[in-house]
Amino acid sequence: MMARPDPTEPASHMQPFSIKDCALVAMATGRKARVLQELRSELQDIDTASIYNHFWGGLLQSRFGEREYNNDFASWVRHGVHDAILAERLSALAPTTFSTLESLRQEIVELIDNRLDEAEHLSWTRATQQFEFLCSQIVVFDTTMQLQHPKELASVITTLSISSVFYHFIDARRRTADERDDFSDWLTTFGDEFAPLQEDLASIDPYFGSLSELRDRLGQVFTSYFQETTP
Amino acid sequence: MNLLESYAQVAGADVIAQLHQLAAPLKGAKVVHVNSTRVGGGVAEILAKLIPLTQELGIDTRWEVITGDSEFFECTKGMHNTLQGNRIPMGESLLKVYEATNAHNAETLRPVLKDADFVFIHDPQPAPLLKFFPERKGKWVWRCHIDASHPYRPVWQYLRQFVAPYDASIFSLAAFAKELPHPQYLIAPSIDPLSDKNVDLKPDVIQQTYDKYQLDSGRPLVVQVSRYDRFKDPIGVIQAYQLAKQYLPTLQLVLAGGGASDDPEGEVVLSEVQTAAGDDPDAHVLLLPSDAHLEINALQRAADIVLQKSIREGFGLTVTEAMWKGRPVIGGDVGGIRLQVFNHHTGFLVNTPEGAALRIRYLLHQPEMIQAMGQKAQAFVCENFLITRHLREYLTLMVALLHGAQDRIELS
Repeated sequence: MMARPDPTEPASHMQPFSIKDCALVAMATGRKARVLQELRSELQDIDTASIYNHFWGGLLQSRFGEREYNNDFASWVRHGVHDAILAERLSALAPTTFSTLESLRQEIVELIDNRLDEAEHLSWTRATQQFEFLCSQIVVFDTTMQLQHPKELASVITTLSISSVFYHFIDARRRTADERDDFSDWLTTFGDEFAPLQEDLASIDPYFGSLSELRDRLGQVFTSYFQETTP
Repeated sequence: MNLLESYAQVAGADVIAQLHQLAAPLKGAKVVHVNSTRVGGGVAEILAKLIPLTQELGIDTRWEVITGDSEFFECTKGMHNTLQGNRIPMGESLLKVYEATNAHNAETLRPVLKDADFVFIHDPQPAPLLKFFPERKGKWVWRCHIDASHPYRPVWQYLRQFVAPYDASIFSLAAFAKELPHPQYLIAPSIDPLSDKNVDLKPDVIQQTYDKYQLDSGRPLVVQVSRYDRFKDPIGVIQAYQLAKQYLPTLQLVLAGGGASDDPEGEVVLSEVQTAAGDDPDAHVLLLPSDAHLEINALQRAADIVLQKSIREGFGLTVTEAMWKGRPVIGGDVGGIRLQVFNHHTGFLVNTPEGAALRIRYLLHQPEMIQAMGQKAQAFVCENFLITRHLREYLTLMVALLHGAQDRIELS
């Protein structure tokens, strides 16, 4: 059996985990769509930061937690264009399964093209609301809080702000080499010791639910893991 | 207890801790807000709290107010109306007064503005100030609080020449943003949970309001708080009430609006509303003074359901206020109401008096749903539309402006 470090002792040979936080401010790009064809056309060359914002930014901005659709494109197609079929197809896109935002962009365009082939009227039907392409600036700051050992995650995670959870669990996928969350990335520095915990974290789908629900879920995973594994 | 500690009790200690962290790189910065009035109106209400809160974070913040004569304010009021869609050309002589007044104010404010690190100019009234500061040191931001999504083009083109050279602008909603050659930030308005309008009230204060307006606290009450303005559809509210009352005979309605003395059309609409209400003793049409904040607060808290059946709306802070008080809102499916009211969660969006009547009946038959939706509404406002969020976004914007156009800024 693999030896576990005493959780009360700082693992001095390991890098501590720095808790960071972030704040987002939304910006207008000035680009809009009034028909589906226009959305497709704008999507071709809109900055990927805007695509990111329309999939993930909503979690941190002033929007309702229980959204009917998990990305803004699907929501607009349903409530602006009134096409439930394409809305469902777009809502099934899981951004975490795309290696780059560029490939996500291509898939959205592909889905729109397919639907335009199926339903010709969508080429010219004017939406009842226009789609506004937004982007955002993110400011990341250090909370000065540091964790010495993964066991501390169990007690700390529920005290973090939801934006800190966003930064470490969602935004991390844009920053880490393996496109995973910061907690898993840190656990890797302990070798295979926390591999089961990394698997538990990988099984959490951050795309559904609100950030506070995500924080609760992470709290459960860390608490139950360390309760079970502490001798 | 300082102000930030008071807000920590409402918004949460983590929210205030985050403000301190974001403010750290701005410590000692000189920030000036400029608008055209110190009292009255939403902008003054927000600044009255935003300034001391920013000061407590260690940022040297001032609030300056420009002055002008009646011609100046006649001009800026006309400009305000045309930017919101009224198609009325503005006279050349009034525009000259507008520019001359700004030139005069620029000289008065020069010592404060020329060395400021950040200058926030609110709304069109002081917008031309920037052109008198070619030697300015800091970042200048134009904050547009009004719905300028469908402006009268000639007036917008005139104003645009003053606004375009700013370093950035802020709009309340994406739909309000204009085409400008600088970053356009989106910051939604907010409410102050500790103001008279929103502070928690003791039951006896609410009871006094019941008594004052001869309302029966044992019977269902729906309330709409808004100016007597056709865009707020007060007649539609009365129709909805009358339709619902056929099924709920004990239903009471309060329509409460501010004074109409500065709005000639307001008096006409008020008279139409009074006629529509007729002699129904349960339909109360109230004309309240503009500072009746506690009374409005009590009426919103007395309501089982709050209505905001607008047919056009900017953001709809009365919706936010009602939701903060734990009331579900039946609102018009327009503008910023759509960002706050979510069907079956925080209320219902409606398009007709019939739709509003149906939702009134639906909710009043399910009191447990009123309570559940009210709780969700309050939590949603707490997370998104309190002044602490507003301040966080201002701080984020200032930090972002210091770092240029990059989409990710890492503070060490």
